[in-house]
Amino acid sequence: MFSIYGAKPYLKAHEMRLTVNGKAIRIDAEPEMPLLWALRDLAGIKGPKFGCGIAACGACTVLVDGAAVRSCVLPVGQVDGEVTTIEGIGSSEALHPVQQAWIDEQVAQCGYCQAGQIMSAVALLNEIPAPSDEEIDRAMGGNLCRCATYPRIRAAIKRASDTSAET
Amino acid sequence: MSRAGRITRRVFLGTAGAAAAGLAVGYYFYRRPFPNPLEARAADGEAVFSPFVKIAADGPITIIVPRAEMGQGVTTTLAALVAEELDVRLDQIAVEHGPAASAYANIGMLQDAVPFPRFDDSAMVEMLRSGMGIVGKFLAIQGTGGSSSAIDAFERMRHAGALAREALKAEAARRWNVEASGLTTASAAVTNPATGEELSYAELAVDAASVAYSGEPGLRPASEWKLLGRAQPRLDIEAKSTGAPIFGIDVDLPDMVYGTVRMNPALGGRMRGFDAAAAEAMPGVLKIVEIDTHLGHGVGIIARSTWHAFRAAEAVAIEWEEAPAALDDAAVWERLEQAVSGNDGSTFRDDGDVDTAFADAPRERIVEAEYRVPFLAHATLEPMNATARFRDGNLHVWAPNQAPTLLRMACAREAGIDQDRCTIHTTSLGGGFGRRLETDYAVYATRLAMEAGGRPVKVTWTREEDTTHDTYRPAAIGRFKARLGADGLPQALDMKIASPSIIASMLPRLYPSLSAMGADAAIVDGSYNQPYTIPDYRVAGIKADIGLPLGFWRSVGNSYNGFFHEAFMDEVATAGGVDPVELRRRLMANYPTALGVVEKVAEMADWSGETAPNRAKGFAFATSFGSWVAEIVEVSEDSGRIRVENIWVAADVGTALDPGIVEAQLMSGALFGLSAAMFEEINFDAGRAVQTNFHDYEPLRIHQSPKVEIAILQAAAKMGGVGEVGTPPAAPALANAIFALTGERIRRLPLAREVVFA
Repeated sequence: MFSIYGAKPYLKAHEMRLTVNGKAIRIDAEPEMPLLWALRDLAGIKGPKFGCGIAACGACTVLVDGAAVRSCVLPVGQVDGEVTTIEGIGSSEALHPVQQAWIDEQVAQCGYCQAGQIMSAVALLNEIPAPSDEEIDRAMGGNLCRCATYPRIRAAIKRASDTSAET
Repeated sequence: MSRAGRITRRVFLGTAGAAAAGLAVGYYFYRRPFPNPLEARAADGEAVFSPFVKIAADGPITIIVPRAEMGQGVTTTLAALVAEELDVRLDQIAVEHGPAASAYANIGMLQDAVPFPRFDDSAMVEMLRSGMGIVGKFLAIQGTGGSSSAIDAFERMRHAGALAREALKAEAARRWNVEASGLTTASAAVTNPATGEELSYAELAVDAASVAYSGEPGLRPASEWKLLGRAQPRLDIEAKSTGAPIFGIDVDLPDMVYGTVRMNPALGGRMRGFDAAAAEAMPGVLKIVEIDTHLGHGVGIIARSTWHAFRAAEAVAIEWEEAPAALDDAAVWERLEQAVSGNDGSTFRDDGDVDTAFADAPRERIVEAEYRVPFLAHATLEPMNATARFRDGNLHVWAPNQAPTLLRMACAREAGIDQDRCTIHTTSLGGGFGRRLETDYAVYATRLAMEAGGRPVKVTWTREEDTTHDTYRPAAIGRFKARLGADGLPQALDMKIASPSIIASMLPRLYPSLSAMGADAAIVDGSYNQPYTIPDYRVAGIKADIGLPLGFWRSVGNSYNGFFHEAFMDEVATAGGVDPVELRRRLMANYPTALGVVEKVAEMADWSGETAPNRAKGFAFATSFGSWVAEIVEVSEDSGRIRVENIWVAADVGTALDPGIVEAQLMSGALFGLSAAMFEEINFDAGRAVQTNFHDYEPLRIHQSPKVEIAILQAAAKMGGVGEVGTPPAAPALANAIFALTGERIRRLPLAREVVFA
């Protein structure tokens, strides 16, 4: 048995431990399985979405130790930090300020990209609490939205930025 | 029928007799001859008032919104139609999509099936339209498309709310022994103002649904609306801001397995053979099956996870047949050129005497141009997917889709069962844009479910599979000729547009034994039906068969005719030395609604004011799906790079049921149009799509997205659509702005072929 990606034997599935949203979970997977599919199909965490599989759309964005990462191209065996998905930043009962801003601006249309957008925005605001337009463009440029909700995404990031500045 | 706790309106029909029934549910008998699909499904303790309203004795009020929620906010707007008359707050209701059923057929979707402009309300055209309504009932397709959902639902869903409200009031009146007319309703309760007594809808529901209500409630005028006409918080906003698993790709069922497909990339080609031995031996792979349908040929993989299925799909050794047409771009353009050069085709508009007008025209008064647009993919961000389970002769399909009754027909056919054994569960859609009017993803999932031993299988396409197996927006060529009068205005206009017919491509996919004959107005939709008054004005459409799969794409024929018509109008204005906005003022003088949006957008963009250095603006107008839209785009240039700075949109939609959602849709539609105009193109090589993923089919990103300003007008006499109407004017407004800035007239999309965007 050889991988189509080259003449190397498959790495066998084995149990791996991950910390996702503050909880330790065990996953039985091949180490080269992308984190996205380990989360979605094995751990049942559906917030990160599949859009392209080549890190070109950002729908799968999660945080690893606070940094935005495209989980569709990150082998689960190489994850060496705490994973945070949208399920881990807030809930309907206790929304993250970025989620609240997304609701206040009524950003989502079809909504499919928005979990990835929100995670990219959370990472941006953690690093730059009051980003400029250019900084927003740079941080969010990897997240496609086919409904083109971009104007409201910008507005929501600024609103969340103002909110955190006040608190 | 009158089983305790399963109270439906039919109980009342049975007990109160046909005469009273005719009164009580007269509206449904007249307008809705289909059975109420909720009756058979009502849970214990649930009172069903109509196909749109059910109220449970323990509280929940459920409104059925039988349209695909693909971002256009239909869940919120259609629920508000019912809630407005029912007198419930939006935070008091639950919304369900409901089952696939003829009762939910979208009659409004067929409004443009008659080849006349939407604004033509002459008696003859109205008669033809009502004829299409009958055809619509006959076809009974439950679909979401044509920017029609709110128009179709406007009366009947408000009526459903009013009927339920009056039935609830009648029951309260019976209990209190008073006249119903003296009672009031608000926030899901009936109140007797005389006594202050109050009964909740929940307390009344079961009895109300079984007691005769023999009135025919009128609908409230807009002046009394409390919800409609105001921006409401979207009912789906919280789920979509918290990552809730609401999409087809999120479906999770007990004992579920995962799958994918790998179909012949040579579109329409069959499979000679395949060797799955290596792939089947891969870890996590459960089964590999052949898919052999009229929609496509290839293999399906059933596996332990989606990723295992993806990996195995690549490892199957397959010998494909070539595509029957095996066209490349050059061959496609050659066929379209032949078509547009010939004398075949159908004339959809023929005012005055065009041939004579050109016969004696001096050469210098003639403007001629040829325009081209490429094939486009839908590229919904959620790739095609469906989950299916076949067990004990019953098929269940969960799918993000725009046409549940078509899915039910196609999946039942694939499974070889009657349609009543096939249940469609419609999830939220991660984008639709017309792609999910197709059935292929659900049919393939059905095929895999037949091989999954009764287990549900979720079948997800890779992005590559999605991009290379789309039903594409067709390429098109337009050849245009104008004769200018002494005043610089066009005296005569002759337009010929050649494109393959979408419906001729789609119909045999749905009904393999059918083929579409005759003229196809979609080819010229957006060119033949614009409100310009030009003495000699002819628009002809020519069908060009190319044998590639084509589909409905946001705004359909308007998506390219908007570009053709309005970019050429800009050329005419330039040639005649007339300001483009002034040209419209003069040619649209007979259409005040059109003038209204032209003036509004010119004011918003300060069209007549000073433009900053290295900046320029372009204008375009299009009426589509019953709405009137004018757009102005402003571009700038810096070191040879073009930046789209601003887009202003003025749209008259007649009635804006939810201005917040209308604004979002206009914004989305305009930017979707800009995205395609700037970057998007599918090429073909030997009948295979060349582009495969977002690295080579790259839509608009945030840093390329302009500032957007929207104005919503409501002067038009009829309600128009909103989901698609922002798209048609975007491409020409941008191309015209680039001309104004650079002097270069780009007549072929995407514009990135010719300019570099910042």
